[in-house]
Amino acid sequence: MMNNYDGPAVAISGLHVVRGRRDVIPGLDLEIPAGAVVGLLGPSGSGKSTLMRCIVGVQVVTGGTVSVLGHPAGSAALRREVGYVTQAPSVYDDLTVRDNIAYFARAVGLRGTELGEAVDRTLVEVDLVDVGGRLVRDLSGGQESRVSLAAALVGRPTLLVLDEPTVGLDPVLRRDLWGLFARLAEQGHSLIVSSHVMDEATRCDRLVLLRDGLVLADVTPEELLMRTGAVDADAAFLALIDAEAAEHRSAS
Amino acid sequence: MNPGLTLATAGRVLRQVRTDHRTIALIVVVPCVLLGLLAWIYTGTRVFDAIGPALLGVFPMVVMFIVTSVATLRERQSGTLERLLTTPLGKGDFMIGYAVGFGLLAVVQAVVATGFAVWVCDLDVAGPLWLLVVVAVFDAVLGTSLGLLASGFARTEFQAVQFMPAFILPQFLLCGLLIPRDQLPTVLEWISNLLPLSYAVDAMKEITRNADPFSAVAGDLGIVLGFVVAALALASLTLSRRSA
Repeated sequence: MMNNYDGPAVAISGLHVVRGRRDVIPGLDLEIPAGAVVGLLGPSGSGKSTLMRCIVGVQVVTGGTVSVLGHPAGSAALRREVGYVTQAPSVYDDLTVRDNIAYFARAVGLRGTELGEAVDRTLVEVDLVDVGGRLVRDLSGGQESRVSLAAALVGRPTLLVLDEPTVGLDPVLRRDLWGLFARLAEQGHSLIVSSHVMDEATRCDRLVLLRDGLVLADVTPEELLMRTGAVDADAAFLALIDAEAAEHRSAS
Repeated sequence: MNPGLTLATAGRVLRQVRTDHRTIALIVVVPCVLLGLLAWIYTGTRVFDAIGPALLGVFPMVVMFIVTSVATLRERQSGTLERLLTTPLGKGDFMIGYAVGFGLLAVVQAVVATGFAVWVCDLDVAGPLWLLVVVAVFDAVLGTSLGLLASGFARTEFQAVQFMPAFILPQFLLCGLLIPRDQLPTVLEWISNLLPLSYAVDAMKEITRNADPFSAVAGDLGIVLGFVVAALALASLTLSRRSA
């Protein structure tokens, strides 16, 4: 399902989120382009998941605006347009793989042969054809997280928000999924993918580096390496953090 | 609300139960075992004819309360509920889907338990047997809606199970099972008038005593339905799209 909106996929201004009295996101401005794979990187606790929850519209927000495909985040018009995969797999472990995917496909309005075709296509995309008839509770952890990913892919949402979708997967499967993400972006879908595996950064069209709820950098992978002079994304990220810490020390 | 999404949810709930053979066995067999045990204890007396119908009203509510409160708590904890609420599926589709799914399960339970009580335990029923099944289904939907409500207040599965004695046992003691409601101390009779299970049990008793119970049963079921609507309305407040 694609809509005909030609602004940025996500526009955030002055976002402020408090969780348990802590400012998880103290004030954030960010624009995420449409039709690209945007990597959201940062150490754990940097606010990646919270930012994603704001974009999907399930997070209580203290201040600021989040606009998704031209609508306020979480509004009814977006329910078919935005697919969300949480870090922990959220599927039914007492249903088969196929029944899980089919139920989430029905939830976004697919029916009949269209539904069957979408489920078959998705099973191929996440490489679960062989286990389609098995109960999710009998699968491995990596397989379960792919069922959770499939439940979002099946509706072909305009914007996909994926929280660490490749954790616990082997290198071959990770390569295949990143290939799928790139194909989806070519077809005009927008993807926001969080990761703390820095070597995945090079697979993204754009990178947003978060630290303590603030945008440390919003660049292309090439710009990141050039700016820091580092040889890989891991080193580049550390260089950025060190530079910021040094700046912080000299300021205070 | 969208009928397609509601039915999809009911079908999904039933598919989940289908993979759990032990739960199905417990839902169908346990009421029969307990009814048989009571009939045996009171062999040669009229006591079973007095409490048997009340029990037929109690089982579906208790069982569906427990099953629903644990199942919805799992949906909250596993993240599936939050995920569903980001799709076009609404709170109403979610809740009515559960009520329809477990209502169908209750039909099976009620048919087996009623058949067992009447043909194996010789329960005397003056009214039509099918009406006992109808009342049992209303009781089951009542149990499901109270379970949806209770799950909103539970943080763990331990708490969810403990809500059974808290929500259900007082209703069980005051519903007319132990002594008829009009013989309770006045204050307790008032309280029993405020509890939904009392009306479910009244309806069951009416069917066993009265060959033409329709108007009395319709009144009782109307009240049960009122409690169902109120419980679902309150439960929908505990299902919010956004959380902190």
